[in-house]
Amino acid sequence: MKILIPIKQVPESSNVKMDPETGTVIRSGLESVVNPLDLYALETAIRLKESCGAELTAISMGPPQAMKVLKEAVAMGCDHGVLISDRKFGGADTWATSYTLSQAIRKLGDFDLIIAGERATDGDTAQVGPAIAAWLDVPVATYVSKISEVKDSRIYLERLVEEGYQMLSMPFPCLITVVKEIAVPRLPTLKGKIRSRDMEIPVFTSENMDLNPDFLGLKGSPTKVVRINTPKVTRSGKIVQAGDDESLNAAADEFVVFLEEKGIL
Amino acid sequence: MNEVWTLAEQHNGQLKAVSFELLSRGRALADKLKVPLVSVLIGDGVDESRLRELIERGADKVYAVQDPKLSHFVCETYAKVLGRLIDEHKPSILLAAATSSGRTLMPYTAVKAHAGLTADCTELDIEEGTGNLLQTRPAIGGNIMATIKTPDHRPQMATVRPKSSRPLARDASRTGTITKIPLDETLLDQRVQVTGYRKDAEDFVNLEEADIVIAGGRGLKKAENFGMIRKLADTLGGAVGATREAVDRGWMGYPHQIGLSGKTISPKLYVGIGISGAIQHLAGIKTSELIVSINSDPDAALHKLADFGIVGDAFQVVPAIQKRLDQRKREDQ
Ligand SMILES: Cc1cc2nc3c(=O)[nH]c(=O)nc-3n(C[C@H](O)[C@H](O)[C@H](O)COP(=O)(O)OP(=O)(O)OC[C@H]3O[C@@H](n4cnc5c(N)ncnc54)[C@H](O)[C@@H]3O)c2cc1C
Ligand SMILES: Nc1ncnc2c1ncn2[C@@H]1O[C@H](COP(=O)(O)O)[C@@H](O)[C@H]1O
Repeated sequence: MKILIPIKQVPESSNVKMDPETGTVIRSGLESVVNPLDLYALETAIRLKESCGAELTAISMGPPQAMKVLKEAVAMGCDHGVLISDRKFGGADTWATSYTLSQAIRKLGDFDLIIAGERATDGDTAQVGPAIAAWLDVPVATYVSKISEVKDSRIYLERLVEEGYQMLSMPFPCLITVVKEIAVPRLPTLKGKIRSRDMEIPVFTSENMDLNPDFLGLKGSPTKVVRINTPKVTRSGKIVQAGDDESLNAAADEFVVFLEEKGIL
Repeated sequence: MNEVWTLAEQHNGQLKAVSFELLSRGRALADKLKVPLVSVLIGDGVDESRLRELIERGADKVYAVQDPKLSHFVCETYAKVLGRLIDEHKPSILLAAATSSGRTLMPYTAVKAHAGLTADCTELDIEEGTGNLLQTRPAIGGNIMATIKTPDHRPQMATVRPKSSRPLARDASRTGTITKIPLDETLLDQRVQVTGYRKDAEDFVNLEEADIVIAGGRGLKKAENFGMIRKLADTLGGAVGATREAVDRGWMGYPHQIGLSGKTISPKLYVGIGISGAIQHLAGIKTSELIVSINSDPDAALHKLADFGIVGDAFQVVPAIQKRLDQRKREDQ
């Protein structure tokens, strides 16, 4: 079985600091990491390799530094990595990103399964996974929380949806996006790190890929960002203390009044 | 200028509330553009009176493609049915809810239609002069707002978070047309087979569609203490949420997790209890209408974001609140 895992490099979010003056994220000095939600995709792929045998290729589109996340994927247990990198790809929206990724996937040849993250923590659209499936014309299941079985070239799954867990099956080739519930990601191993360090990771560019130049990067993106604002903090922010009995009762009373005033009660 | 479309959603023949929320968004846009507002339904079993409700809540027209073979959401089939409708009518705008199906169908359809798509919009407006759709969405965990447009591609597509807008009141005097479109069976994609649903035994929640969410964090100390959260949620008619800390400790199931690696919610009221307010948790609650924080630490980040904060011990504050609410209920009866 051949499995592809599209992973994105994103700024590390756990140490994100806010600028108290402007209310924006201080981006400088932020380290780049594998999109945390893509770790679940990588883990799912590695488990499938362990249980049914599979060849895993992590692919990432981004600047040359994105090589780092591919090395990390290899260190976790992927067999190969492919970097998709070109100035012409810069500024791509989800439409153009998914086009470029899908052309890279075509260049790699036949595959059985693509496992994407649910969404990237920076772009936060959850669109690229289903969009890749549309370009490749393969079926898609999003929000997959469990793989029950792989049998006779079909995959049996559960998806976390509003009504509960939806159970379904699809034939290969197909694409899934996975949620955190599916597995706990492992850490890279020392052996893996050594292997990844020496590994040559091929780079796909606009030169060596078959691409429609009108579909690339900022120019090829249907959506355009008009402006960026910092949301105004409009919260009234009333804080009350509930220490001793008296203030506790007062606080609880005030909370009920608050609910009444806001039309909740 | 062509029609504005919103996608209705159904389950077991019932329209979901998001169908009406989208119509209030669509109504404002259609009025500005002076074009008809259409509610498009793909599914099964929604009867005439329920379809009428779409008109009473803002639609000028309903296009309904219903068939037992469409009762479950299957992305490839729905995308083909929707794609055919788009080809025929060429709507200028298409809005869907940011639900599990909307977030799957819309990107799939946008690729096929060569259309731009903006996720999770919190504001939608029409640009003066051009008539382009201005789509505003939170980015980077809700820390910035980006306004996006799609000048050269149609339809202009966007998803909108459930609960981020209120449905219009039902108006029985509104008139409109309901067009029932038979399913062309050649559009059915047989590859995906849906076999059914499994629900968590006790309280499977649909957090994104709840008006009120009472969430607990590590400050609750153990699983049993979620009992008081559940009780408070029941009393207020809300759903129970949790932080990743609480979920990873097994106190609540993953479907309850709110935040970066869980769900994003926009309820009328969010109450966070024993929750510090880490940036990854805040990413999931920033668009809530009202935020309440109950935390013993006066410096907790959630207090800073709250409309109302109580600095105190949850194990005293929550029961005190519960007592008052119970009393109120009794007096009402
Ligand atoms: C990539 C990534 C993704 C993440 N995704 C998510 C996510 O989706 N959702 C999420 O929630 N987190 C997420 N996190 C984790 C996040 O960073 C925080 O660790 C988490 O939100 C903290 O949960 P908490 O508030 O329950 O716990 P804590 O931060 O430990 O806070 C507990 C709070 O309880 C208070 N407290 C203690 N005792 C009492 C008492 N008796 N009464 C009242 N208050 C009390 C304390 O003062 C404290 O403020 C993510 C982290 C990373 C790195
Ligand atoms: N530049 C990229 N390179 C590789 N994979 C990506 C890229 N962008 C998005 N993805 C994949 O698509 C998923 C959803 O991303 P997004 O639509 O940006 O939220 C991610 O979890 C990745 O699996």
